[in-house]
Amino acid sequence: MTKRNLLLLALLLAVACVLPFIVSDYRTFQFTLVLVYATALLGLNILTGYNGQISLGHGAFYALGAYCAAILMDQAGAPYWATVPAAGAVCLVAGFLFGLPALRLEGLYLALATFALGVAMPQLLKYDHLAKWTGGVQGIVIPKPEAPFGLPLNADQWLYFFTLAVTIVMFVLAWNLLRGRIGRALVAIRDQHIAAEAMGINSAIYKSAAFGVSAMYTGVAGALSAIAIQYVAPDSFGIFVSIVFLVGIVVGGLASISGALYGALFIQFVPNIADEISKAAPWAIFGIFMIGFVYLMPTGVAGATRLLLAKRRKSP
Amino acid sequence: MALLEVKRLHASYGHTRVLHGIDFAMDEGSITALLGANGAGKTTTLRAVCGMVRTEGELRFGGESIAKRKTEDIARLGIAHVPDGRGTFLNLSTEENLRLGAYTRRDRKAVEADLERMYGYFPRLKERRRQQAGTLSGGEQQMLAVSRALMLAPRLMLLDEPSFGLAPLLVRELFLILRRINESERVSLLLVEQNAAMALDLADHAYLMETGRVVLAGKSSELKSNDAVRRSYLGY
Amino acid sequence: MDAFLFQVLAGLATGGIYASLALALVMIYQATHLVNFAQGEMAMFTTYIAWSLINAGMPYWPAFLLTVGFAFVLGVLIERIIIRPVEDAPVLVVVVVFIGLLVILNSTAGWIYTYTIKSFPSPFPKEPLFGIRYMSAHEIGAICVTLVVLSLLYAFFRFTPLGLAMRAAAQNAQSSRLVGIRVGWMLALGWGLAAAVGAVAGMMVAPIVYLDPNMMGGILLYAFAAALLGGIDSPMGAVIGGFAVGVLENVLGAFVIGNELKLTVALVLIIGVLLVRPSGIFGKVHVTRV
Repeated sequence: MTKRNLLLLALLLAVACVLPFIVSDYRTFQFTLVLVYATALLGLNILTGYNGQISLGHGAFYALGAYCAAILMDQAGAPYWATVPAAGAVCLVAGFLFGLPALRLEGLYLALATFALGVAMPQLLKYDHLAKWTGGVQGIVIPKPEAPFGLPLNADQWLYFFTLAVTIVMFVLAWNLLRGRIGRALVAIRDQHIAAEAMGINSAIYKSAAFGVSAMYTGVAGALSAIAIQYVAPDSFGIFVSIVFLVGIVVGGLASISGALYGALFIQFVPNIADEISKAAPWAIFGIFMIGFVYLMPTGVAGATRLLLAKRRKSP
Repeated sequence: MALLEVKRLHASYGHTRVLHGIDFAMDEGSITALLGANGAGKTTTLRAVCGMVRTEGELRFGGESIAKRKTEDIARLGIAHVPDGRGTFLNLSTEENLRLGAYTRRDRKAVEADLERMYGYFPRLKERRRQQAGTLSGGEQQMLAVSRALMLAPRLMLLDEPSFGLAPLLVRELFLILRRINESERVSLLLVEQNAAMALDLADHAYLMETGRVVLAGKSSELKSNDAVRRSYLGY
Repeated sequence: MDAFLFQVLAGLATGGIYASLALALVMIYQATHLVNFAQGEMAMFTTYIAWSLINAGMPYWPAFLLTVGFAFVLGVLIERIIIRPVEDAPVLVVVVVFIGLLVILNSTAGWIYTYTIKSFPSPFPKEPLFGIRYMSAHEIGAICVTLVVLSLLYAFFRFTPLGLAMRAAAQNAQSSRLVGIRVGWMLALGWGLAAAVGAVAGMMVAPIVYLDPNMMGGILLYAFAAALLGGIDSPMGAVIGGFAVGVLENVLGAFVIGNELKLTVALVLIIGVLLVRPSGIFGKVHVTRV
């Protein structure tokens, strides 16, 4: 990584650490959600951006992770920090299992199958026979965790730092994964899967693994979101969650790690601003931005900034 | 005024240039052959005339420039193209294929008369009129392709390898019909052929192409007696 | 036995709606090899237009016809303006555009009409027809309307020159151009017809499920399942698939798994068909050359 990038990253980290102390508790909560979304978007990006497998159903893994965390805390009395890796593990397996049959589905058909998953999820969560675990239509309420070891932080601030820590771990993990052989294999499979196979890349393993890892990320994000919001309910996990994630990676930038962060900022703050106009406005904006970005800025904000920086470096 | 005039025509597939500035012309009522080995650019030339590839240069039909026009508009001007591979609508019936050839025509009675005339030229098509076109044999599909082009009532017909995959007897039959069509209906023909002997028998004029350029041009009688042509393309 | 017959007949009624929507999906797929994820929202949006007209005092059938016409124009415009630029783009781009369209239509309906549920009138009488106990008049009417629409479409494609040209353009765009067919406009027309069919489906289902911007989500899923089951490139398959899915949904829902997991049934059906026989029952098997 270049010196300049390292510097920018350090700056970003410093700002992130100072943030909760300079803004209100509510804003801190919003930034916690930005981190959650960034992790979820990173997950979707690994699958769709880098590996080219379109998923319109990642909201289902988000829900799975969230409910995992909620059920573990509510029914098994597990501590909140343990639910995060647990949710990750569950979603890793679930994603991998879903990825196996998905191997046989290309492009549009995979999009269709995952779309069906996304639409069917809330109904599944409301199912009577599962209600004693999922809480049925009412969902599950979770208590808010307090800062440990008597640290001088209020609950919102602690939650923010906890989420930040997890997010940093996830991002570093992804960065390592994607910049090496694995990342190149994923992209090769996306762009020229026949040539990739001819070169000896076992695309079946990579693709299923990509699904699993991608689901894991989104599941971890789901768990973090459950802890932050202290509530899970079936209707919060409909198809529109999956669609919001798609908007996030398109606007932020496909096949880009920084794109996950830009996208997360977009999907968290745009509705806040647009809500003033009308309840429907945020969605209209999402729709317009989705279409607008693929027409005009297909590499997303991340790609545009990269181009901008490259241009500035060239001109003396 | 020539019916078809091509000057300094370049054509490319993507970034690969395939035609390097060819010139040729055809008069109304004539039959012209484009000869050459595989990859010489003959098919590309026909495609260029129909606006199916990116071109630079002059392309005139009946005096009008057709260089930047869309394929469907060029067809509506009266140029019928029988493409390589025949381009049959495999899932439609034989008769539906023929009627599609006449899609842009408004003169219903004449269209029905032409349909009967096609069945007259190719009785086997009449037998199979309701059959799905994809189930026709190679030879029958070739007849179908030629008939469909004729249903357009074209001034100019482009034929890409009409003899391809046909038994020699069928090729002879087809070429006889082509000559009849040219004489009785004044349809000009531009044909691309690897079978140089048959092509030179049918055509009045011929152009020899090699790697995207015209290397020899003249009356077919001249080309037939040309030593190099005889040795390389006529086999004697 | 009585209960079973009741469910089967009710299933046929909703099946007709799935069949219409599935047919719209297949029409667009045949011409473009694209799955229109926004088909449901287009149907919902045009049904709201009908609601506005009726609310403004227009009698039902004129409003119905006007809405169908409006839907046709909307379909043509969407194809020319939004879809045409991305026709040849990579799959992800196309999917994003469709989803964007879905979202825009959904939110526009929510913005103009709010999210409160509205009732939508049925043109058919409330009392059961001829004393038939098994189906409401609306259900019988819906099936009839569906069958009329499907027959009209069939006749159009089979017997008119324009219908022939559209079929040709969907099958072989290049050859179509060679005979002078303006393929671009054929695609637009196909979208227009698909939108019109969707509008009819929306207006038939709205009296049953009530009008709300999210009403078509589950229905679209069933239509996908129906289209895939029948064969995504087979119009006849779509229709048969639609009725089959409708009956299956009702029978399974009433007797096997309960009404709460109906969408999961659609999900299982979709994934099952895609894995076991992706070309569906009546579709053609596609071999992709390396």
